[in-house]
Amino acid sequence: MTKQAESNQTTESEKVYNIINLGPTHPATHGIFQNILKMDGEIIMDAEPTVGYIHRAFEKIAEHRPYNQITPLTDRLNYCSSPINNMGWHMTVEKLIGCEVPKRAQYMRVIIMELSRIADHVICTTIIGQDTGATTGFLYFFQMREKIYEIFEEICGARLTTNIGRIGGMERDFSETAWKKLDIFMKEFPEYLSEFQNLIERNRIFMDRTIDCGPISAERALAYGFTGPNLRAAGVDYDIRVAMPYSSYEDFEFNIPVGQNGDTYDRFMVRIQEMWESLSIIRQAVEKMPEGPFHADVPEFYLPNKEDVYSKMEALIFHFKIVMGETDVPKGEVYHSVEGGNGELGFYLVSDGGRAPYRLHFRRPCFIYYQAYPEMIINGLLSDAILTLSSLNVIAGELDA
Amino acid sequence: MDPLLIKAIIVLIVFAITLLVATYSTWGERKVAAFLQDRVGPDRAGPAGLFQPLADAVKMFMKEEIIPSVSNKWLFVLGPCISMLTALMTGVVIPWGGELTIAGQTFDLQIVDLNIGILYLFGVVSLGVYGIMIGGWASNNKYSLLGAIRASSQMISYEIAMGLAIVALVMTTGTLSLKEIVQQQDAGFANIVYQPLGFIIFLICAFAETNRAPFDLPECETELIGGYHTEYSSMKLGFFLFAEYINMFVSSMVIVSFYFGGYNFPFQHEIGLEGNILTFVQTGFFFLKVSFFVFFFWWVRWTLPRFRYDQLMNLGWKVLLPLALVNIFVTGLIMYFTGNL
Repeated sequence: MTKQAESNQTTESEKVYNIINLGPTHPATHGIFQNILKMDGEIIMDAEPTVGYIHRAFEKIAEHRPYNQITPLTDRLNYCSSPINNMGWHMTVEKLIGCEVPKRAQYMRVIIMELSRIADHVICTTIIGQDTGATTGFLYFFQMREKIYEIFEEICGARLTTNIGRIGGMERDFSETAWKKLDIFMKEFPEYLSEFQNLIERNRIFMDRTIDCGPISAERALAYGFTGPNLRAAGVDYDIRVAMPYSSYEDFEFNIPVGQNGDTYDRFMVRIQEMWESLSIIRQAVEKMPEGPFHADVPEFYLPNKEDVYSKMEALIFHFKIVMGETDVPKGEVYHSVEGGNGELGFYLVSDGGRAPYRLHFRRPCFIYYQAYPEMIINGLLSDAILTLSSLNVIAGELDA
Repeated sequence: MDPLLIKAIIVLIVFAITLLVATYSTWGERKVAAFLQDRVGPDRAGPAGLFQPLADAVKMFMKEEIIPSVSNKWLFVLGPCISMLTALMTGVVIPWGGELTIAGQTFDLQIVDLNIGILYLFGVVSLGVYGIMIGGWASNNKYSLLGAIRASSQMISYEIAMGLAIVALVMTTGTLSLKEIVQQQDAGFANIVYQPLGFIIFLICAFAETNRAPFDLPECETELIGGYHTEYSSMKLGFFLFAEYINMFVSSMVIVSFYFGGYNFPFQHEIGLEGNILTFVQTGFFFLKVSFFVFFFWWVRWTLPRFRYDQLMNLGWKVLLPLALVNIFVTGLIMYFTGNL
């Protein structure tokens, strides 16, 4: 494309293109990334995305940290759905140490993960609306995310960067208030979601704006390595929760919504439908919630009760070792992936023994989407480029890690 | 009393009211938006946040004045001035009520009754685009320039459809004076009955002319940051924003005068009101109607997404323009066959 544009320039020597910096700080980028656009009026002739504005070297930092201290790093990948990142990391470590998590903890994790998927999709869908100019849907529906964060707050004490769960299970059982808030949420959310759908979904202007905006074919999407809602919008029914079930997802009945054209409208609709599916998963998990312990018996990784620490020798030793980060982790190499809010979030973990990983790689879906971004916006209008970016839901934290 | 003095007082009152209404539209809009979005809205300054516009004005005056070093300084300052000037000038020909009798002399509640009022209105509205164009161009910022280009092409395109919608109205009323148009609606029905299609076209074009959603592309923040006013700060920015609210108010007044009987209200001569009291009640009704349309502007803004640039042009040239022409044609035919020439 670049070459073509250049040859155009040489043949029509008078033609001068306008270079526009979309970002690093632009209201539409919802984060910090830069796109150097070559514009012919409002039409994008060439695009060059840059990455790294909030690169924090998480993979390198992880090489010096004990496993339980890597969880807060994962919070800051896709900060719109940090619980999924946390859970993915816990499950990776559990896979490495061969720890079987009790059913109750798995179901609790499913509830938390689906809640955060809803939170993630609430952000993405409302932001698509906001970027088309429909501010009301954004501010109105956003209240639901607040409700979800209140539940998280009740479960783990934090809201955005949750550090939720522990290696081997959950840090504590859901409290009474948490169940109550979950009930209220499940009652209120369908109303809000339907209202939001009614406002936006069949709006003529919204449809005109989003249909055929930044499309990508299933072949190209697969070639780039798309996963998650963005791949499903292109028509491929690939969902890790079904393809490689983890955390008892095989126990639940749910559909995988797929789109056809891979355009912004399909990405929007897939996310809307996924919220309904997530809601149904939560409902099933609440109904089927088994009794039992909420964490596995892995004293090397799971902090003992405070009373035991003060009264028992073993507990005191394990407590000391965990807190000081001196747990010896077995050698091994594992890959585990979860269906994140944005796609396949993978953790490739190599351990050569000792307290910290030898190498940890995050497979971040946003990084992959962003590679396809120029292809999706070239020859389109500037307005389309902005909608495409928000519908891909590229989160800067996950893009740059 | 000297008629000139009275006129001066009326001019002063009209400007004061226009500015006041525009000021409080900012508060009203925020309250309406808050209501639609299930929020509280401004409620800190004064009861129900009523002093918020004053606080905003103070803030605007106190902010640092920044003129980009690479900009054309004169044009940069001229931009918001033109915007504000044209916005205020449009209010001149609007009749606010009937006649007022003070000390045996009667005065119209209108600054001036031009016999080419509609033409004057259009002339001034067309000037408004210069403020945005000059401001956007002089900023020497690519986003501002894009915003200015969008604004100018949008306003020029929609002015044509708007003008044609008015042509049909002028055909039925046979006058270019706003006062006469309003008075005719006192005798017969409101013009909306004769010109429903014309009204819809005019309404849509009014949204486009005032750069309000869903036609707020020139300043759409998600694409162009601030559009033509990206580089502006302090009161120069305030002027641009304020001009938009004045335009909204004036557009509502024009819509009401053209299509909804202006200051007239049903059965106004049957209920036994006369003289000054009738005039005041009329003005009250006028404001009631205008408030509805101002509210309508807010309502649409906080409900609809915005168009894309090419869709906007398609709507303007391929839908509204032909519709306006058809409207003229049909109006002409009906007038010919009913012998109402």
